[in-house]
Amino acid sequence: MAIESWQRAPRADERIVRIGTVRGLFRRVEVGALIGAVVIWVFFALITPTHWLTILGVSRILDSASTLGIMAVAVALLMIGGEFDLSTGVMTGTSGLIAGMLATQLGISLWAAMLISLGFALLVGYFNGWMVVKTRLPSFIVTLATFFVLRGANVGVTRLVTARVLVSNIDQTIGFATARAFFDLEFPLFGVSFRTSTIWWIAIALIATWVLQRTRFGNWIFAAGGDANAARNSGVPVERVKIVLFMTTAAAAWLVGMMSIVRLRSAVASEGIGQEFIYIIAVVTGGNLLTGGYGSVVGACIGALIFGMARVGIVFAGWDTDWFYSFLGIMLLVAVLVNDYTRRRAEAISVAAAKARTEEEETL
Amino acid sequence: MVEPILEVRNITKLFGSVIALSNVSVKVYPGEVTCLLGDNGAGKSTLIKILSGVYPPTEGEYYFEGRPIVLRSPREARALGIATVYQDLSLLPLMPIWRNFFLGAEPEKGRNGFRRLDVEFAKRTVRQELAQMGIDIRDPDQPVGTMSGGERQSIAIARAVYFGAKVLILDEPTAALGVKQAALVLRHIVQAKMRNLGVIFITHNPQHAYPVGDRFIILKRGRMLGAWTKAELSREEMIRSMSDAEELEALESELGQLGQRNAAGPN
Repeated sequence: MAIESWQRAPRADERIVRIGTVRGLFRRVEVGALIGAVVIWVFFALITPTHWLTILGVSRILDSASTLGIMAVAVALLMIGGEFDLSTGVMTGTSGLIAGMLATQLGISLWAAMLISLGFALLVGYFNGWMVVKTRLPSFIVTLATFFVLRGANVGVTRLVTARVLVSNIDQTIGFATARAFFDLEFPLFGVSFRTSTIWWIAIALIATWVLQRTRFGNWIFAAGGDANAARNSGVPVERVKIVLFMTTAAAAWLVGMMSIVRLRSAVASEGIGQEFIYIIAVVTGGNLLTGGYGSVVGACIGALIFGMARVGIVFAGWDTDWFYSFLGIMLLVAVLVNDYTRRRAEAISVAAAKARTEEEETL
Repeated sequence: MVEPILEVRNITKLFGSVIALSNVSVKVYPGEVTCLLGDNGAGKSTLIKILSGVYPPTEGEYYFEGRPIVLRSPREARALGIATVYQDLSLLPLMPIWRNFFLGAEPEKGRNGFRRLDVEFAKRTVRQELAQMGIDIRDPDQPVGTMSGGERQSIAIARAVYFGAKVLILDEPTAALGVKQAALVLRHIVQAKMRNLGVIFITHNPQHAYPVGDRFIILKRGRMLGAWTKAELSREEMIRSMSDAEELEALESELGQLGQRNAAGPN
């Protein structure tokens, strides 16, 4: 082959085969979760049409999904960034206990107590991130350790201070009314009551989506989770990105903790334990890749919605709630299988397109 | 007389008691392709790591644009305009082309607090830059993982050129590629040269080096076998210099004996 032929104008057909609209849709991260959500919605609509298809049903589902949804958003960002956080569930309890104890025992304003609690949560998040980045241990191990330390401290400190495993009378503290209005107010809409937690959820999901899809930091999250070395070579401050993400999940756990204590007017030492898996399940159900580098906030929200629907649907259907977790387990499996199927279809389409193109090229 | 844009003189690199490079000198001129040839273990990787600032030479001088420099990190080299495209490319397969292209140097717009990616600019620029290299992408949102090896090399090269590289170091860019794909990459090497970049093309394949190269440096066991311009070296001479004639003959006779023994032997 002569040199001139390498410099010739490129052929127009050296390109990916055009992917149709429907097939293109299958490339979306969220599509598996969306199908799952629709299936479950239809399922319960058929079983309990009188409750399900009302505005009350909608408000109950959103209420049930909202706090889970807030956590799912933060956990999704972290998972896309390539890390796990198992201390998120217990952190909701810890931050609630700290705020509750400071306000009830010291008599300071609940707002001030909440701010101190936020500071502590951010510190724990920073510590998690710093440990993971510096030691290069798997975040699974580091945050599992944090989880157990906090779990023990929650019970230990609470019993030491209150002689019980419960902080009560939070509604007697200074600033409770405004805190409640801010974090978890009921408000009427279409004749039924909604909660501000739902608005928080939607707002946080919108902001997180914007950050992930449209900012430099979002690009860095994808890169840090996709291949930390490649990202570092391109000048991405991978360490800083991961630490910020751990602090974000801790802050989200704090927010959910605050919602819980103003709603229940008390804080229990066992609060939040076991929830960390529900968050991760919701995020994975939403099509986020467990290994990082790929995923969406909207998907995680749909995952949370699926669990909200299941939780409410089981009550509406009058089933034994003892079986709730078994039901969740089955649903998780189904959702992930659907996801996997759609992802493989998407990959198959891409791979087939690439292959077709290569063969075409080789025969030229 | 054109001055070399990059020059190293008498570079020696020791790893403990191992001499990885001994007395190697390289001149790279703008608008030329300098090919660095050699078999595995010849010291090619060590040399490019010194050129790109990964580690300092034990001895020797480094000049860039006529001034002596000491590189402390790859980042410093990149800031000067010495870009290295490694075999692993530093691309993220799951991310779209445009996100990969601008990773670490994302274009932004908007006021503080609402600073956001200039997605339109990014997509438009990627399309333009790759079109200049003869790659027509219809969809900048396409994940890099779905592209062919040659196209991925092209993206990495286009990225280096776009971000102001004056010297482009390409580490075995054609090694894992088929014939057509390799031709694509060679075309890009010529294009980069025509943009007046100094290109260092590392390869062990004389068939790829000869058509695009202006200068050839052959390394062997950490030493320079020699440096030639294209006029001074024919393709056959180059191939002969690269492969050790005696070694090849020895191998040939050994393989021949092996074949005879197998044909004659009872088992």
